[in-house]
Amino acid sequence: MRQNLDVIIAYIIMLGLIILVGLFQSWSIALSILCFCLISAVMTMGANIQWGYAGLINFGIMGYTALGGLAAVLVSVPPVKEAWQVGGLNMIFSVILIALIVFSVRFIIKNYKKSKKRNYGVALVIIVGLILLRLISGPAIESIEAVSPATTGFLGGMGLPILFSWIVGAFFAGGLAYIIGKIALGLRADYLAIATLLISEIVIAVIKHEDWLSRGVKNVIGLKRPVPYEIDLQAKEWFINLVAKFNQGTLNLITDSLEKEQMLKQLVIEGSTVFVKLCFAGLFTIVVIILLIITQKALYSPWGRMMRAIRDNEEAANAMGKNVVKQHLLIFVLGSAIVGIAGAMMVTYDGLFTPGSYRPMRYTFLIWVMVIVGGSGNNFGAVLGGFAVWFLWIEAAPIALFLINFFTSGLEETNAFRLHLIDSIPYFRFLMMGVGLLLIMRYRPKGILPEKIKHS
Amino acid sequence: MDIINAIVLLLNYIFVPALSYGSQLALGAIFVSLIYGILRFAYFTAGDLMSFGTMFTILFTWYFQSLGISLGVLPTALIAIPFGIIITIFYVLVKDKLVFSYYRFKKSPPVMLAMVSIGTMFVTQAIVRIVIGPFDRRFFDGEKFILKANEFKEITGLNEGLTIKSTQVITLLVTIIVVSILFWFLNKTKTGKSMRAYSDNEDLALLSGIDPKKVVMITWVIAAILATIGGTLYGLDKSFKPFTYFNNMLPIFAAAIVGGIGNPFGAFLGGYVIAFSEILLTYAYRKFFVYILPESLEPNSLIQLLSTDYKFAVSFSILVIVLLFRPSGIFKGKVL
Amino acid sequence: MAFFSGENMTGGYGGADIISSCTISVNRGEIVAILGPNGAGKSTAMKAMLGLLNLKSGKISIDGKDISKLTPQNRVREGISFVPQTKNVFTGLSVQENLEMGAFLREERIEEIINEIYELFPVLKEKSSQIVGELSGGQRQQVALGRALMTKPTVLMLDEPTAGVSPIVMDELFDHILKVKKTNVAIIMVEQNAKQALSIADRGYVLVTGENKFSGTGKELLNDPEVRRSFLGG
Repeated sequence: MRQNLDVIIAYIIMLGLIILVGLFQSWSIALSILCFCLISAVMTMGANIQWGYAGLINFGIMGYTALGGLAAVLVSVPPVKEAWQVGGLNMIFSVILIALIVFSVRFIIKNYKKSKKRNYGVALVIIVGLILLRLISGPAIESIEAVSPATTGFLGGMGLPILFSWIVGAFFAGGLAYIIGKIALGLRADYLAIATLLISEIVIAVIKHEDWLSRGVKNVIGLKRPVPYEIDLQAKEWFINLVAKFNQGTLNLITDSLEKEQMLKQLVIEGSTVFVKLCFAGLFTIVVIILLIITQKALYSPWGRMMRAIRDNEEAANAMGKNVVKQHLLIFVLGSAIVGIAGAMMVTYDGLFTPGSYRPMRYTFLIWVMVIVGGSGNNFGAVLGGFAVWFLWIEAAPIALFLINFFTSGLEETNAFRLHLIDSIPYFRFLMMGVGLLLIMRYRPKGILPEKIKHS
Repeated sequence: MDIINAIVLLLNYIFVPALSYGSQLALGAIFVSLIYGILRFAYFTAGDLMSFGTMFTILFTWYFQSLGISLGVLPTALIAIPFGIIITIFYVLVKDKLVFSYYRFKKSPPVMLAMVSIGTMFVTQAIVRIVIGPFDRRFFDGEKFILKANEFKEITGLNEGLTIKSTQVITLLVTIIVVSILFWFLNKTKTGKSMRAYSDNEDLALLSGIDPKKVVMITWVIAAILATIGGTLYGLDKSFKPFTYFNNMLPIFAAAIVGGIGNPFGAFLGGYVIAFSEILLTYAYRKFFVYILPESLEPNSLIQLLSTDYKFAVSFSILVIVLLFRPSGIFKGKVL
Repeated sequence: MAFFSGENMTGGYGGADIISSCTISVNRGEIVAILGPNGAGKSTAMKAMLGLLNLKSGKISIDGKDISKLTPQNRVREGISFVPQTKNVFTGLSVQENLEMGAFLREERIEEIINEIYELFPVLKEKSSQIVGELSGGQRQQVALGRALMTKPTVLMLDEPTAGVSPIVMDELFDHILKVKKTNVAIIMVEQNAKQALSIADRGYVLVTGENKFSGTGKELLNDPEVRRSFLGG
């Protein structure tokens, strides 16, 4: 207990900060911060598994997040029957064709010796395959995208509850990570970072521009929620009663019955958004807790010990007969899958999928700041990092405004310099992130909650 | 005649734009490669350092314009570049002193330094956005075209026009001058050779009495110069937007790795490899084939290998292929 | 008093002492071999003399001058030069540039010195503009020697110069080392191949667990039955 005191204190402070936001700004803001903190925590856990357990740098977090989001679309949106009719068959053929190309390339590489002939063979298979693919999928894509482009123009999804997508998202991201890992894990650490960063850009490019699959930059909106809608809640008897009960004190102060009803209505509207966000926060908390339990168990299992051994001394672990490559691949897939879950969670919360919004600053580098700040190798640290950094990211603007007013208080209200600074407030968050990261790396290189190795 | 038309078409839409875009990438890739060779880490601030240098060049350009100074047909930015460079040099040296030198002294692993460079990336981005804002800005003035499509058609009597923007010529000329000076410096001067030696074998360089502090400082100075010039040329040719510059970091890294990271000459060529393949693979060749094929064979589709949406994806795919089959880069990596 | 000597050197890398009261000395125009089993502290003794290791006690002097407190760089200025065991050339630079880098600290014209090196190792002159990475193993070793000689050292230290080279190259290399010796340079080399090293060395030291165990002329050591039994394989 005592050795975990720092963890407990850090978390209490964090929760306290969120509660302060609730008291001083609004509970709705506080809860959406909390929800995104939880999502960030999941992402950070994924990255932390790769970096903290195995020392792998994955700068492709953005790609996995987007794939998780895509999963949410493909799971929850009802299928667009018309689109399937005009192009579904061809698209299925295309998928089979891609599989055929991959398998025949693998077959050639496996069964023939390295030679010029083999290279030409592989090239030929790929080129012919791509041309065929183009011929089969090209017209199908055109006709799919022509199906009422303003509302659909894509194949749609399975029409299942969106919660399934949290698992599907994990599989999507894990599958991509398997392919990338096969390709890139042999690379040196910094090459791996660059390669994953670029591959994630490719993933985004595909999601953005393959409209038949994801509607691309036209976005998918109105995804079904796993929790009630505000409008429905506001009509529900029990909910109104609940709100009335909670706010009895305020309501009783009002004597005029009309005014009282008005007030109640207002409170119900506010209460409904809070209630919805609470539901989300509850769901997300469950995910975070499950993941925390699993990752903690894994960390202190013989497997976790082996991973740390590999991380700290790859050569020695290799010499001891541990299959480093295989373990790295495994952890790369697991970590990415967790990020995929987070991606699906985020789209579920937003209720919309906007491929254009995936940018590396927000979805890759910010997550890395969280990992480093929180404490790499420590799951509680990673979660805390997700919380703290997201909180700062959101609250940076008010903090910056306060600081600017404080430091320029000697200047006139209309001073150009002061006005310019106030205009630039949104960008101070980058400054805070950067300076924060640099300070942590310099003075607390193991993060707020450093890794603790139990010697048992 | 049709053949000439076809060639002019390719020149106009592929060769000329790829050459200037390639030069801009090459300047970035060279300094990324140089930093990797000497300081031994992946410098993620690359794109933002370019936007930092360009921003100050723009500020000085505005100042000179307000004073009424201009170069006539040439863009005013050309006289502002040296001032932009000076401030950028100052900035990178301060940054090195405050941030990077600590980790170098501690002999931190390269990964750590790469992470630190992400910290400085955030800071640099913030500075640029706070000072000049995130908006798209054009700061080109002077004569826009050297050769206009119509003039070309009139002179040659061809159907296809050839447009040459003055920024494209400026880019090419400046790149040739800068790169020549740089390679002369690296290959012919004692300091340049000592930098190559340091990049090649740090321990032996120290044993030979080469001063690591000087080598590191010169590396940063070169990086600042190339970043400012490359960034300004890009901005003159297209426009200045901080986010675009940050994104340019990706093809720049691709160019540096394709050319064999740590090898500036490879990076220089890598810039063109990336630029040409991006444009070659996303160009619609329909018109070209209309010119060279008999009418009966005329294609009815665009003959475009990849849609232009995948421009970036092309360079990254090349990178992935290079990493897989020749991790040391096409032009043999390591060693300046 | 020897020209260059380390007397009673004791020290290690932070932890336990690796060498203790170890003494090694060499005169100009003399080759001294440091021998011993693995982990005997041979390389450590050499590094101590170079200044790459902080000694707890002991004294290093050259030409009567105490240099115990100088940094490695300043010892280079005093005329000590070192050829590491591995990575002892700039593989990406040309032969000529390797030599120039060797004389980095020299302000005056270095063409003369380079010509002297070319006279010593004629093959380098032929290959002067070739990249060192493309040279054969034996030629690389010559570049390494040449680079070290560019400072016009009075003392040359070689760390296992023959490790990993073929027997033919080894013979060639020893010839070159003898040539260097003739230019009145004091040479210390750490060697695994004890027999061969003693065949060209004037004197040898046998270290065991960081202490001087035997010392004497090459012949004496080669003929010492105890040394033969324990280190030269009978």
